[in-house]
Amino acid sequence: MAGKEDLKLLGLPLSPFVVSVRMALNMKGVSYEYVDEDLNNKSELLLKSNPVHKKVPVLIHNGKPICESLVILQYVDELFAGRSILPTDPYERATARFWAAFAGDKLFPAWYGVVTAQAEEERAEKVKETLAAIEHMEVAFAKCSGGNAFFGGDSIGYVDVVLGSFLFWFEAVRRVDGLEIINASKTPLLAAWAERFGGSVEAKEAVPVTKADLAVQYISKFRAPAAAAAKLASSE
Amino acid sequence: MARVGGELKLLGLWASPFVTRAKLALQIKGLSYEYVEEDLGNKSELLLSSNPVHKAVPVLIHNGKPVCESSVIVQYIDDAFAGSGPSLLPADPYQRAVACFWAAYLEDKMLTPWGRVFKVKTDEEKAEAMRQTIAAVDVLEDGLKECSGGQGPFFGGDSVGYVDILLGGMVSWVKASEPLSGSKLIDAEKTPLLAAWMERFCELDAAKAVLQDVDRVVEYAKLVMTKNAARASNNN
Repeated sequence: MAGKEDLKLLGLPLSPFVVSVRMALNMKGVSYEYVDEDLNNKSELLLKSNPVHKKVPVLIHNGKPICESLVILQYVDELFAGRSILPTDPYERATARFWAAFAGDKLFPAWYGVVTAQAEEERAEKVKETLAAIEHMEVAFAKCSGGNAFFGGDSIGYVDVVLGSFLFWFEAVRRVDGLEIINASKTPLLAAWAERFGGSVEAKEAVPVTKADLAVQYISKFRAPAAAAAKLASSE
Repeated sequence: MARVGGELKLLGLWASPFVTRAKLALQIKGLSYEYVEEDLGNKSELLLSSNPVHKAVPVLIHNGKPVCESSVIVQYIDDAFAGSGPSLLPADPYQRAVACFWAAYLEDKMLTPWGRVFKVKTDEEKAEAMRQTIAAVDVLEDGLKECSGGQGPFFGGDSVGYVDILLGGMVSWVKASEPLSGSKLIDAEKTPLLAAWMERFCELDAAKAVLQDVDRVVEYAKLVMTKNAARASNNN
C-alpha cells in the first residue's frame, strides 16, 4: 500500500491553470495541501520551486517541484492510479495533446486579451480571435467525443479539464461584456458540453460558484483606470 | 508486444526546423516513411485536409490519420512505436516532467522571440528579439544541466531524447544565425554545455542524415526576410 504522498500545490484563486490541476488531483482522489500565493509578494517557496518562470501552478511532490500546468496534468496522470486523464491510445493521446496545446496557445491569449484589452479596437480584435478559436474547438469536440458526452468520451478527460477550467472566466465575460464565448446557436455542441461539464462533480469540486463572481470583480477592477480616464477625457 | 507497422507519410518543407524534428525522431526510431515536400505558396489538398486548423507542416500521416504540431508528432512517434528503437522520453515520471518543462521553455521563451527576428520590420525590434532569444539560451544551459543530470552530453543524458530532438531540429538555423545576424546563438564561451551538446549532436548518424545544409538555410532565410520586408512596405 502506498505511503502518504507529500503534495503541495501553489496557486492563485482565479488562475484557470491552477483550477485544471486541482481538478486532476481531485479526479485521482489524491489529497494535497493548497497554498494561495500573492503575486505582489511571492513566497520563498514559489521563487525557489519555479525560479525560471516564478509562476503558478507549481506542484511540489515529496519536495520536488513540477511546473507548467500541462506538464503537471500529465505528471499527475502518470503517477497516480485511478481514472485515466489522458487517453491510453497513442493516436487519441496525440489528438488530446494537440487540442490542449491549441487551447493554451490560441484560445487562452485571445479570451484573456478580451479581459485585458485597453482600447475598444484591441478588444474587438481579441473577440474576433476568441470566436474563431472556439469554432475550432467545436469541431474538436465532434472529433474527440465520438458522439459521447465529453472530449474524453463518456467521462471527463484531458481536454475537458483544460477547456473546462476556462468556463468560469467565460461566464464572467458574459456578465461584464454580454459576450457569449460559447454560444448555443453558433457552437451548440460546446454549449451542451459546458452545461454537462459545469454540472459534474469534478467541476463543482474545483470551481465553487463564487469564482465567476471573483472574476467579474477582477475584470471591473482591471478596467477601472481606463474607464475613469475615458470618462475624464470625454468630460473635458 | 506486436510491432506497429503501417504506412507513414510526412508532409514537410526542407527548410523547416519543425519538420526536421519529425525527421530526426523517425530516423532515430529507425522508421521508414514517405516524404512529401510541400509548396507553402500552393498547399496540397492533403495538407489542407490533414491540418485544417493551422495549415502548416510538419504533418505526420500514420495509416491515413494525421498528427500535427512537431512536439506532438515527436511524442506520438515515441508512443506509437514504443518497441522500435530507443525511448525518446525518460521512463521516470519526474524526469519526464522535467523534460517536458524544458521542451515548453524552448518553445515559449526561445523560439517565440527567435521567430520574431524574421518577421519584424525595424533593426531595433530585430535586436530586441535576438536579445530575448539569447537570454533564453542562457537559461537553457541550466536546463541542459538539469535534464542530463551529469549523465552525458545530451538532454537525455548519455542518449538522445525528446528535448535533444526538439532543439536538434533547430541546429542548422542556430548555425545560420551568425552569418545572418552577426550573433552566435550558442556561444561556447557563454553556454559551454550547449556548445558541446551541439557538436555531439551533429556527430550522430541521424543528424548527418537529416540536418539541412547551413548555407542553403542562410540563403533561404535572407529570401524570407526580404519577402517579409517587401510585404510590410507594401502594406504602408
